[in-house]
Amino acid sequence: MAEQDTTQGIPEPEGAAALIDTDYEIGQDNVEGSLGPFGFDIHNPVFMISGLTIVAFVFYALALPQQAADLFGWLRPFLTSTFDWFFLGAANIFVLFCLALIVLPVGGVRLGGQDATPDYSYVGWFAMLFAAGMGIGLMFFGVLEPVYHMAISQPLGVPSPIADDGSIIAENVEAAKRMGLAATIYHWGLHPWAIYAVVALALALFSFNKGLPLTIRSAFYPVFGERVWGWTGHIIDTLAVFATLFGLATSLGFGAQQANAGLEHVFGIANNTSVQVLLISGITGIALISVLRGLDGGVKVLSEINMGIAALLLLFVLLAGPTLTILADFVEGLGAYGKELVALSNPIGREDTGYMQGWTAFYWAWWISWSPFVGMFIARVSRGRTVREFVICVLIIPSLVCVLWMAVFGGVAIDQVLSDPAGSAVKAQVIDSYNPPISLFAMLEGLPLAKITSVIGIVLVIVFFVTSSDSGSLVIDTITAGGKIDAPVPQRVFWATFEGAVAIVLLLGGGLPALQAAVISTGLPFTLVLLLMCYAIFRGLQSEKR
Amino acid sequence: MYKNIMVPVDLRHLDRLGKALKTAADLARQYGAQVCYVGVTAETPGALAHNPREYAAKLADFAAAQSAEHGIETTSKPLASHDPAIDLDHTLRDAAEEIGADLVVMATHMPNITDYIWPSHGGRLATHSDASVFLVRGG
Repeated sequence: MAEQDTTQGIPEPEGAAALIDTDYEIGQDNVEGSLGPFGFDIHNPVFMISGLTIVAFVFYALALPQQAADLFGWLRPFLTSTFDWFFLGAANIFVLFCLALIVLPVGGVRLGGQDATPDYSYVGWFAMLFAAGMGIGLMFFGVLEPVYHMAISQPLGVPSPIADDGSIIAENVEAAKRMGLAATIYHWGLHPWAIYAVVALALALFSFNKGLPLTIRSAFYPVFGERVWGWTGHIIDTLAVFATLFGLATSLGFGAQQANAGLEHVFGIANNTSVQVLLISGITGIALISVLRGLDGGVKVLSEINMGIAALLLLFVLLAGPTLTILADFVEGLGAYGKELVALSNPIGREDTGYMQGWTAFYWAWWISWSPFVGMFIARVSRGRTVREFVICVLIIPSLVCVLWMAVFGGVAIDQVLSDPAGSAVKAQVIDSYNPPISLFAMLEGLPLAKITSVIGIVLVIVFFVTSSDSGSLVIDTITAGGKIDAPVPQRVFWATFEGAVAIVLLLGGGLPALQAAVISTGLPFTLVLLLMCYAIFRGLQSEKR
Repeated sequence: MYKNIMVPVDLRHLDRLGKALKTAADLARQYGAQVCYVGVTAETPGALAHNPREYAAKLADFAAAQSAEHGIETTSKPLASHDPAIDLDHTLRDAAEEIGADLVVMATHMPNITDYIWPSHGGRLATHSDASVFLVRGG
């Protein structure tokens, strides 16, 4: 809670010069009322249409599971292979745009007004950035991806050092190891964070500085003008809610399956839908408590706890594994990333389409479809930072942390595979067969105290799902309340519960793959949205005082 | 007996506050106390104001209007919160302590079943605040 003093906000004596002058009053489309003792305050078209669209899609996926699976199972790969150049090119634009903002004079604009002070400390801020945006992915792909790119996917045509019979081809090792790290860091470094940064910056700028409601549509005021309060905006916001809710629900469903696989591997707990439903219910329950405790008391606290535990696990793996090798890997990985970045991000004339389409384009579409959610959440907690500070802290520092994470977890895994291929559990679970959820635990098995670290790993995964769920519920609540962040509490409880319910229904009915593919397909229209946002940000920043 | 009366107000729902506002004004006249109107706003734009600064101005205007209407001495204390719906309780409690209120007058709803799950803001304040708390029911 920040006490108001007269120097906060936009300090213009005759009123805030940078406020956008629009007749739209926040809440003018809202319907307020109460269902019995539960109050509600919802944006009329967006809440209803989002809700109905979501229910309709769930019905579709359950009633016609094969058709849905076929349709989206075809659509998503079609999009990521046909538009791979578009996704890669757009992501490159976002990175360049963000880097430009660091050096341009407009980088001095402060979110919230010239005299605003940061709402959160660096620690709390970073914790929330990670927990919302990337925590789950790092846990699952930290081990899997470096090994996979080293040995199987052959990015940029670099050959695998592992022969078909499982022996090591010595002359390929060095290059493959470098590329394994570089190709992974590419997916978790500047590009995804630039995607999040663009959305977050657009939303923060148009809300804190320009006085427009905190919804996705507000970033398009420079493009669409007053039309953005009508159906153009309704469609944008509804699409964002759709992508967020299904993104979260399908992640939750898959996550429950993966956590169950991990539990079975470590403890022998039965791997069936009942356990998974319990996991989803548990995660939703904890997320509900977090949501009821609010942003500071719930989301932030959980994020900080989880970051602390993740840091400890990282430190343990660093020290228990081949420490010097890992540190060398970090430096080498960073260098390889820098060297191969241009080649890896090249959108045209690529021959390694398996890697480029199956991984890169897929990831970009996925991050972009998550960006309304993560971007809005980052925007909400970033008031008081200058644009320059914002971009550095959202782009550079998380990228470095990801590099470190990949170097440690992936580096240890690669070392395990190459030094003892026959006995490596990682090789068995990633190269010989493909069991992504087990990869982390397979790597931990090669280190001391495996049972303890595996439990910690499972706890981390579960809490990262909780932090995604609670921040996602807050975001959906805000969008469907027309940008209000102080809608009645029962509303956010509704969304958190609804998310869990959708996940359970899809898990039991078999609709998870279909709807996850549907979410990732929204990555295509959202790429256009993000490109427009870059333009809108630039226009918006030009009219701000520094 | 009372020197410093705090009145939490929600500027969006002034229609529901009539009774509480009048109660506070009458008590202020009776005891020669000063009334401080406290409002909690989000830092993002809302229905009332584009930013906390605008909200502060609106709250100050409201306090001035009350002063003119009831002939009492008033001040305003606007507060910005990251999550107003949840943070309201401890924000109000801290505010009461900060301004040294010895009486808080606030509107509250008639008791209903949700009070078993979510105690009302007034109820929580009454339980945890050092100040006397007057919960005004009905509008």
